Amino acid sequence: MDIKFSKEEQEFHDEIDEFLQRELPEGWADKPVTWPHDYASSGYQEQGDSDLAEAFLEKVIEKGWVKAFWDIGAERQAYSNMQQAIFDERMSYYRAPTMNSVTTGIVAPMLLRVGTKEQKEKWLPIIASGEATFWLGYSEPNAGSDLGSVRTSAVEDGDDYILNGQKCWSSGAHLTDYSWMIVRTDQEARKHQGLSFFIVDNKTPGIKMDPVINILGDHSFNNVFLDDVRISKDNLIGGKNRGFYNLMTALDYERICLVGIGGFKRMFEEIRDYVKATSHDGRPLSEKPSIRNKMARIATRIEVNYMLFWRTAEMLDRGEDPNVESSILKLTATELARDMAEIAMEILGPYGQITGNSERAPIRGLVSRGFLESISATIGAGTSEVMRNIIAQRGLGLPR
Amino acid sequence: MNLDFNEQQKILSDSAQEFLSKECPKELMRQRRDSSTEFNRELWKKMADLGWMGVAIDEDYGGSGGNFSDLAVLLEAMGEACLPAPFFSTAVIAATALQFSNTESTKTDLLPKIADGSLIFSYALIEPGNSYSIDNIKALAKKEGQGFSVSGTKLFVEYAQAADYFLTTAKLENNELVVLVIKADSAGIKIDPFGTLDFAGQCEVRMQNIKVPESSVLAIGDEAVAMLQQIELVSAAGKCVEILGCIQAVLDMSVTYVAGREQFGQIIGSFQSVQHHCANMAVEVDSTRYITRQAVWRIAQGLPANKEVAMAKSYASSAAVRVGKLGHQTHGAISFCDELDMHLYLRRAHAASIAFGDTEYYLEKVAVEIGL
Repeated sequence: MDIKFSKEEQEFHDEIDEFLQRELPEGWADKPVTWPHDYASSGYQEQGDSDLAEAFLEKVIEKGWVKAFWDIGAERQAYSNMQQAIFDERMSYYRAPTMNSVTTGIVAPMLLRVGTKEQKEKWLPIIASGEATFWLGYSEPNAGSDLGSVRTSAVEDGDDYILNGQKCWSSGAHLTDYSWMIVRTDQEARKHQGLSFFIVDNKTPGIKMDPVINILGDHSFNNVFLDDVRISKDNLIGGKNRGFYNLMTALDYERICLVGIGGFKRMFEEIRDYVKATSHDGRPLSEKPSIRNKMARIATRIEVNYMLFWRTAEMLDRGEDPNVESSILKLTATELARDMAEIAMEILGPYGQITGNSERAPIRGLVSRGFLESISATIGAGTSEVMRNIIAQRGLGLPR
Repeated sequence: MNLDFNEQQKILSDSAQEFLSKECPKELMRQRRDSSTEFNRELWKKMADLGWMGVAIDEDYGGSGGNFSDLAVLLEAMGEACLPAPFFSTAVIAATALQFSNTESTKTDLLPKIADGSLIFSYALIEPGNSYSIDNIKALAKKEGQGFSVSGTKLFVEYAQAADYFLTTAKLENNELVVLVIKADSAGIKIDPFGTLDFAGQCEVRMQNIKVPESSVLAIGDEAVAMLQQIELVSAAGKCVEILGCIQAVLDMSVTYVAGREQFGQIIGSFQSVQHHCANMAVEVDSTRYITRQAVWRIAQGLPANKEVAMAKSYASSAAVRVGKLGHQTHGAISFCDELDMHLYLRRAHAASIAFGDTEYYLEKVAVEIGL
């Protein structure tokens, strides 16, 4: 037992920390309007911030930290999973602009794990340079929590496959270049055994995207229609009809990489500072026992999630699959994201409901936004109920 | 970073679990309920022979020189076994206090006897009207000749009727705090047991003009405050570990039960509502495990641990309640009967969640630690 960073880990942590303090524009962490563990946000509050974000990302790429976590030539990870976790924690704490996390956190490690040598050589460099970004082509109108029911079909035709069907809840499909898509390659096989993964270029003829506006009024989702979309066999990743098996691993990566654990700490600190600086009805919020109690509970749950977060990284470094453990982390972190928003609303009283840029809005209107935004957390990447099924069935061995 | 037991701790954990599953059946807790003055001294002797009493006592004083992490391995197994014995007050609290003390003659006298299992200690801290804090202690230690005369009333003194010594607190006439050891057979001590949830034989101990020598004083003034703070830290973290053992056992029992029990022509463990109860228990157990390990590890390393312990104890204490409730719910009516062990865990975990500071007490400490 050694519940602190090793010397190497601490140095890595400090290096990232210094980099972020140096390279992020002044006051950057007070700009983004995102709630921890969100799936819904895309934009920045002010014009020009996205340019600053891009400029910052160039520096991250220069530093080599986008591809920090795999070493293409050696076909192994260059840094440990713990270091990756440390990187994610610091980045999310500073609310730093990130590379598309679907790409770097899911697609890249999946390619590394199940891709062929040629596929790794083709895709990993352009992922590392930021040229190739991905969206997840999982959900369909009749395959939400039940991803084994995916119907979009891929039929062999010479050196290609022809894809037909529809994907939905496709977050960021309109902002990225490729889909990491699961489709049915064997119509006869039992439902979990006939699926395969493809990389699908958004520009391929036959793909049509319709925007879906989310609860916040933002265009984050899309309906994506595939009509005789011709994809090379070279783009089939991880073996024909091995898709569901690979999906389980990809979902593990997703549940870990989207946590953004540092964002919880940063959001909590903002709420705490507000509570310390604000009085309601002539009495400092920080002196109300019920508020102290609520804040202490949230702080404790954040700490619990930090521990569960480090645990998954540790397991990956030992070569174990944290399938159940990543589900536990996903469940606790997303439930916390929602509870933190609800509790913040309770603490702020009438002021919590103010949206947007009003001067009267506490913490830049983040709380009312988080109240809505966090709804996505306990649904996306597997609902809380699906997480509990996984924990009970795969973790505790209860019957399906 | 490494959140797991080291090899030695794994071996200790396995052997402790194996030993206790054989030697500490739940019948011992029921016996304890039915005879409140005694506990199983044969088991105590065997535990002492295994070296458990001295796990965290320095080698110079007859122990094996381990740290608090090692002791915590045992406490987890004891929680899982619902061990009904004064191990906590003796090998955790008294050993901590004595090692913290500078009263060399008393240390040399008592620590080896704790380590070899020949002494039982009870901890007498709480007074009528007080809860966990040391701010309002009224027991008085009056200077008298070369020693002191101690008077006061203490509550919730576990295993008082079995104790050889009490570790207790009082105020000097100049209002300084003092921590001292008092022989249980001293003239002027009156012990009245009251029943509590977990059959730990908690008692009211009244002390009237107890004569103690100067050497029984372990710490005075600031040193006494520091010692009591250390005892609170260690005890709170230790109780988290006990809770962890208890709720792990509740989870295991529940999973085994629902995987075998049939209703409506199906294993009830295949029902989603039941699965989700079990999943929620598993999440609570894991969460408690790691937040507790962090607190324990920091204490063992001698690092500041106030915040980590406060978080762990507030979390574990509330998890104990949540898991206990689910454990009963998954078992149905049988969980309301004495014959099933479930209520023993509920009792034990609940007592541990109250001991040395409950959820609310530590949440307020967390609030202070996070800057409110």
